Amino acid sequence: MKNEIAEPFDRLLGDVCTPATVRAIEGGASAAPLWSAIERSGFLATLVPEAAGGAGLRLADAFALFALEGRHAVPLPAAHTMIVRALLASDGGNAPPGAIAIAAETRVGADGTVSCPGTPFGLVADAVVVTHANGGWSVLPVVAAERRPSGVHGSLRADLHWRAPPAGAIAGTRPVAWAEVGAALSAALLAGTLERVLATTVAFANERVQFGRSIGKFQAIQHQLAVMAEHVVAAHMAAQIGCSGDGPLPVPLRAALAKARASEAAALAAPLAHAVHGAIGITAELDLQLYTRRAHELRADFGAETHWNRVLGRALLASDAPLALDFLRDALLPSNDEIQATP
Amino acid sequence: MIEPLALQPLPASAEALRADVRRFLDEALAGVPADVRARSWLGFDAEFSRKLGTRGWIGLALPREYGGGGGGAFDRFVLVEELLARGAPVSAHWIAERQSAPMVLRYGSEAQKRAIVPRVCAGELFFAIGMSEPQAGSDLASVRTRATRTDRGWRVQGQKIWTTNAEHSHFMIALVRTSGTPEDRQRGLSQLLIDLKTPGITVRPIEDLTGDRHFTEVFFDDVVLPEDALIGNEGSGWEQVTAELAFERSGPERLYSSIVLFDAWLAHLRATGSTDPAALALAGRIAGHTATLRSMSVAVTAKVGAGASPMTEAALVKDLGTELEQSMPIAIADALATARAEGGAAASAPAELLRTLAYITQFAPTFSLRGGTREVLRGLIARGLGLR
Repeated sequence: MKNEIAEPFDRLLGDVCTPATVRAIEGGASAAPLWSAIERSGFLATLVPEAAGGAGLRLADAFALFALEGRHAVPLPAAHTMIVRALLASDGGNAPPGAIAIAAETRVGADGTVSCPGTPFGLVADAVVVTHANGGWSVLPVVAAERRPSGVHGSLRADLHWRAPPAGAIAGTRPVAWAEVGAALSAALLAGTLERVLATTVAFANERVQFGRSIGKFQAIQHQLAVMAEHVVAAHMAAQIGCSGDGPLPVPLRAALAKARASEAAALAAPLAHAVHGAIGITAELDLQLYTRRAHELRADFGAETHWNRVLGRALLASDAPLALDFLRDALLPSNDEIQATP
Repeated sequence: MIEPLALQPLPASAEALRADVRRFLDEALAGVPADVRARSWLGFDAEFSRKLGTRGWIGLALPREYGGGGGGAFDRFVLVEELLARGAPVSAHWIAERQSAPMVLRYGSEAQKRAIVPRVCAGELFFAIGMSEPQAGSDLASVRTRATRTDRGWRVQGQKIWTTNAEHSHFMIALVRTSGTPEDRQRGLSQLLIDLKTPGITVRPIEDLTGDRHFTEVFFDDVVLPEDALIGNEGSGWEQVTAELAFERSGPERLYSSIVLFDAWLAHLRATGSTDPAALALAGRIAGHTATLRSMSVAVTAKVGAGASPMTEAALVKDLGTELEQSMPIAIADALATARAEGGAAASAPAELLRTLAYITQFAPTFSLRGGTREVLRGLIARGLGLR
């Protein structure tokens, strides 16, 4: 982990993105002040090439920032914006101002209308990346779109619909596998979200007293939390693999691995956290729900474990690697040169 | 709390070993069926171990001064990974190399080091573990085998059980009680280096449910040992055996126990052109989990290489790894039985694959017993989380 960039970002989010901020934005308050604070920090240019005024870091370096967004439940698509800005800047263009989401699905009507149902962060995005049937993509300003909340309490997902061919679209130049980008980013956000779920649950188990002692002293609880920890650490590793590319984009098969593994961890960790918390975990007042709701949504965004496991399985069966280990080493995991040793 | 593990590279010097090991194994394992290779670290082949020793591939991470390779933890990782992924019969030297020689190096006298370690590295000296007893499994501190001081050494009375390969091994490092009673628990325990040819030792094999005979019972009936059979300090047995278990747990061998089965199943899917979505998802899941765990294991190895003792992380990787190893035969059995019932190209599985599946299915329960049960490991993790 690049602590020199992660620590200041962690401090910033601790200041400007408290659970109260998250709740307010989820309740309909403007996200503009939070976005301005993140914008001013300069972190959104992390992946933008130095020649274009950015920090020129690799996706692998930005992973720590994405995980922190998850830990702080940032109610904005900051990670997604970092990638879109980097791509457009590398090709000599400019991203539209504001927060940029990635559509999980794009439907284009014969009459030029565009729909993006169930867009993650759709309620708070200023622009959205949409994909075209011919494999191209563009960034559309959301201002002209009808924006319908998903109806799920607190969720920032929205259906976006443009009645007329949208004006002000910025066309992408190079081909990008956006589903894989969405998958890798969701996995990274999940890694941080699940770490928060674990930390919150361990703290609760140490505080809550029943039968005259804290429930964390009971072996039944200890073993459940141990299992949760195993899956949370695995999700973190998988998500890091998903963001281990040299450039600003993830390697597609690694994104598949990351999303499949982290989604499976989410499916296990979120219910366990609630089981340990008991009834209090179901309340709106406790922060736990901010993170477990996200865990479930992030698991589903851009495809959950079975979809991405199939993608991986198809690639494995199509490979002529003599052993599964060869496939893992040669076609899936980052090479030793790609991984920078960390102390 | 537990810090996340970060991706770590394997150094080029360690990777450089891989091609040589592969060439050697391609030849040594040619024609060996999958159900035999699946036994891997239960596959006893003294000749194979000697060949590895001749090439310098036993004790790769042990000091040159004592016949080792003078390499690091990463060299051993690469070697072990290749041996296990291909199902090499490494059982003969496995325990000696992984834990006994490192124990002698850490706690033994200079004479013990000189007498033991070079011959382990040569693939000539095989070791058995001397921990479990009929009344001491997970509760290791309750061992009853007793060593009493005599004028010239020790007299041992008692019994060990579940001892892999004692029949074919030269030595055992045994945890014994040298003072007090079982109620004294961790106090009064010591470790003895026992030559298994010493009179008074009887080894009786225990046949396992697959028909193999690697487990044994070892009886000590007034066994007279010299003074220098003691390893380390009298009374420090508990501290020493804990270190031995750390050697046993932190290696990369806790995720590849079912990998020969996985490869055999993949070969069947490829040969029959299977596109069954459930099979694809299962293959992908196993690949993704194995890749993630392998990266976690490299990260733990990096910590060991840096001189740390990552007990919690090693427990975490082992528990998750054995769960994956155990899930493979269960899930692959379902996939094969479903394909068979529903017909089609993948319906008829080769007998070798089915034998491999049956062996792994039956033996898999041991994966989460050896080196510490699931419950013991989860207790360690809970301690790492700050719950105990």
